[in-house]
Amino acid sequence: MATVAKRMAWWKRDLLFFAALIAGIFAVWWLLEYMAAWWPAMNYFNRIIILIGINITLAVSLNIISGHAGQFSLGHAGFMATGAYFSAYLTVTFFDPYLRRFEGTPWLHGVLSNVALIIAILAAALVSAIMGYIVGLPSLRLRGDYLAIVTLGFGEIIRVLILNIEAVGAARGLPDVPGWSNFFWVFFFAALTILISVRLINSSVGRAFLAVREDQIAAEAMGVDTTRYKVKAFIIGSSLAGVAGALYAHYVAYLNPEMFKFIRSFEVIVMVVLGGLGSITGSIVSAIVLTILPEALRQVKELRMIIYSIMLVVLMLTRPQGLFGRKELWDFLPKRKDRIPDEARDEGHADDGQQR
Amino acid sequence: MQTLLQNLANGVALGAIYALIALGYTMVYGILRLINFAHGDVFMIGAFVGYYGGRYYAANYGGSSLAGAAIVMLLSMIICGALGYVIERVAYRPLRNAPRIASLITAIGVSFLLEYGGQFVFGPDPKFFPTLVEKERYIVAGSITMTNYDFIVLGVALAFMGLLQYIVYGTKLGRAMRAVSFNFETAALMGIPVNRIISMTFVIGSMLAAVGGILFGLKYPKIEPLMGIMPGLKAFVAAVLGGIGNVPGAVIGGLLIGIIESFVGGSPISQYREAIAFVILIAILLFRPSGLFGKYEPEKV
Repeated sequence: MATVAKRMAWWKRDLLFFAALIAGIFAVWWLLEYMAAWWPAMNYFNRIIILIGINITLAVSLNIISGHAGQFSLGHAGFMATGAYFSAYLTVTFFDPYLRRFEGTPWLHGVLSNVALIIAILAAALVSAIMGYIVGLPSLRLRGDYLAIVTLGFGEIIRVLILNIEAVGAARGLPDVPGWSNFFWVFFFAALTILISVRLINSSVGRAFLAVREDQIAAEAMGVDTTRYKVKAFIIGSSLAGVAGALYAHYVAYLNPEMFKFIRSFEVIVMVVLGGLGSITGSIVSAIVLTILPEALRQVKELRMIIYSIMLVVLMLTRPQGLFGRKELWDFLPKRKDRIPDEARDEGHADDGQQR
Repeated sequence: MQTLLQNLANGVALGAIYALIALGYTMVYGILRLINFAHGDVFMIGAFVGYYGGRYYAANYGGSSLAGAAIVMLLSMIICGALGYVIERVAYRPLRNAPRIASLITAIGVSFLLEYGGQFVFGPDPKFFPTLVEKERYIVAGSITMTNYDFIVLGVALAFMGLLQYIVYGTKLGRAMRAVSFNFETAALMGIPVNRIISMTFVIGSMLAAVGGILFGLKYPKIEPLMGIMPGLKAFVAAVLGGIGNVPGAVIGGLLIGIIESFVGGSPISQYREAIAFVILIAILLFRPSGLFGKYEPEKV
């Protein structure tokens, strides 16, 4: 194994990876639309697939906070609501009326609506990040259960605030949000979230997150500024939740504060814990399973949520550490024999996430 | 001034109910360090047992009387006590040595199960709680309206709180409970049956929740399967406010939350009523994380 080829620089690999990914998403999107064209039932499945993408973004972003940095947050719905409402407010009051001028030329309208969507999503990410900072800074001095209940409280406060803002429809909800998000953007941002998460965990920041999770006092003794890293995790996680919220808002085209009750936060934390705290692929798999499960149980109507909750309890009792524990999916595969030995890897922080 | 006193009177009755629920939270948290999210739903079950029990009693023995109300309350306490035992035995005990977050998720799961199970069994539409006792209005101190319900709620709640205080500080069971909450292993070495004590804690806490459920149904007669969520959360806030694990603290915390909520409800910012408990929670955790009456516990390595 002496002649191991030097690896590509990490950003080159990422660029290649992303080019392939975008092409892949486009191909799958086209395929799904094509199928929906001659099989109408496919529209229903497409809807579920979109929701899966949004839930993956939510679960993976919460996994950064709860799984990697070990801070138990029950307020994810609040950050999602922030992103959803802010972006929807932007598009409904500014972008959409402006874009109506271009309805005559559909291609221009199409391009501009995508641009507007991206601006709205980025704005949502920014505002949710600020909200994460505001919430995180005071509450992250607390730990464990207290943090959980405070974040839950903040989530509810955000919801009650939205409930009283007339500009976004208050209790009536915000109708007529343009339905601009689509399969491509949902999965583009899901992939981006996963990439950020993987890159983060293999960076010095991510190592600091793990140190804080494993033993806060020891981490502090080793010179890790624990509060700073906890706030960092919070900001990153909540801004990505804001992105998910923005995508959701522009997919369902109608917002109501009822959508962001703390039950929603519970759903996301359940995905993360069930997948295994700290396991990125675990979060993804359980986001997929827990989005499909309630839909698949739709035939049994009233019993649906009862079965869901019983399965939740039983799964937790049989596997308290979650489906994957802290492992990633590929940790279960047999080890490759031609794996690059550790000492040959000159850029330790830049491996592709296969070593944890 | 009149409205102020009126709000105070309303708030005390509401706060007494929060306090009863908060006691269950504080006891369980004090021993297991677990936020028992299902506790608010046990409270809901208590109210529904009261609903069916009260209707059955009224149909078979006619009318409404204090004795009937007492019987219904006892029935509700027995059923909820059994429910609390089963929840602990099935959902929490197997996970006692697992990471705490796992039992938190099962707590959420059990809570969902009770809510959706309640919707399935009782139906999702609100029900009107039967009048267990005839309502009487009194005009107190000028123009403050109070009903006999307010006095019943306050009296019953205070009686049960006193009883609990006696159990915890005056009996062998209470001493064992305090020992277990201090340290599991040491308590076990001293010959205390830890599992049985924890079960008893759940049974007592759930019984108090049942009392809270009946009183809530009496005072606010519209009950539905999701009614336990918000009072449950607010009661937890009350427990934290008073210093979690502290029995008198939970009572004071519950009363405070009830009164403050009632004042906010009668003020110009009444639309923020639902959020005020959480604002209090955040303020208290920032300035006095151990609660009003809690002991400060420095962190050990």
